[in-house]
Amino acid sequence: MGLLDKKYHDSNIIIVSLESALNWARKSSLWYEQFGLACCAIEMMATAASDYDFDRFGVIPRSSPRQADVMIVAGTVTMKMASRIERLYEQMSEPRYVISMGSCSNSGGPYWEHGYHVLKGVDKVIPVDVYVPGCPPRPEALLEGFLKLQDRITNESIIEPKVSEESEKKTTGKEPVGAE
Amino acid sequence: MMMTTEEITKYLNQRFEGKIEFIEAEVGESWITVSPSILRELAKTLRDDEKLRFNNLMCLSGVHYQKENELGVTYHLDSTIHRHKLVMKVRVPEEKPVVPSVESLWKTANWHEREAYDLIGVTFRGHPDLRRILTPQDWEGHPLRKDYEQQETYHNVTTGI
Ligand code: SF4
Repeated sequence: MGLLDKKYHDSNIIIVSLESALNWARKSSLWYEQFGLACCAIEMMATAASDYDFDRFGVIPRSSPRQADVMIVAGTVTMKMASRIERLYEQMSEPRYVISMGSCSNSGGPYWEHGYHVLKGVDKVIPVDVYVPGCPPRPEALLEGFLKLQDRITNESIIEPKVSEESEKKTTGKEPVGAE
Repeated sequence: MMMTTEEITKYLNQRFEGKIEFIEAEVGESWITVSPSILRELAKTLRDDEKLRFNNLMCLSGVHYQKENELGVTYHLDSTIHRHKLVMKVRVPEEKPVVPSVESLWKTANWHEREAYDLIGVTFRGHPDLRRILTPQDWEGHPLRKDYEQQETYHNVTTGI
């Protein structure tokens, strides 16, 4: 960019590619949907409070799925809740991301074998971008989950829409291009 | 005046003609067993009798006695006036598990009876709103029965691993 920068002798003009500007804006304002499901939600609240201060990464809570970019599934997903989570996810506008926080929402957690009422992993109903392990994960771990998500967003391309192979199959009913 | 379970049984049996059985526990609290046919009347006596005054239903739990093919309900009563406690048990056959509701006497029983109905499958006659309380309304079976088999899917989502 050196050449172009020198062309405009104005310190207020920064030249970047559209893609990186968009990704930068996206990753720096990850607004998350405000709901907690079980004990993990307590750690999520601690992460949002002043000690760990989510806000410094541009992460702030929203009370409506329509305003949220990311969903933190913080806690035990019961069979009763699973359909609600699916509906909340559908209400979010794209691009949307999901962080699965804690063993429960990763795989059923302590209810893995005998919990008749627990969904064994939230990825059975919605696609997950980042899994944060722990029971419950410490606030640092959740923050790292956000940093991982930011990494992912940095490498996104605006030309290709963010469609996973699975959801493409669902919407078009065809095998995605390039899949063997 | 505070009374022990044995004294309470004796006192009650004057009125209920020996229908109440006292069981001495080897460990823990002793209890009385009663038949469902006199449960309503007995519960009212326990609450209102001057000497008993059990004004607080601490807990109501459903039990599955698998070997005997029976279901049961256990009541933990407490009197904040006389400071005594009582454990009362009632058992019904698994094919026809009907127990009279005590909801109109102790409001605590409302949700507790719904829970026992939801998880064990005891039906409470006279309950104003006997619906499932924890599992979804369209759930199959009663999860805390000892022979419970979990349904494989719920609304097209697998319940297993
Ligand atoms: S993973 Fe552990 S801390 Fe988190 S909701 Fe499950 S049981 Fe609670």
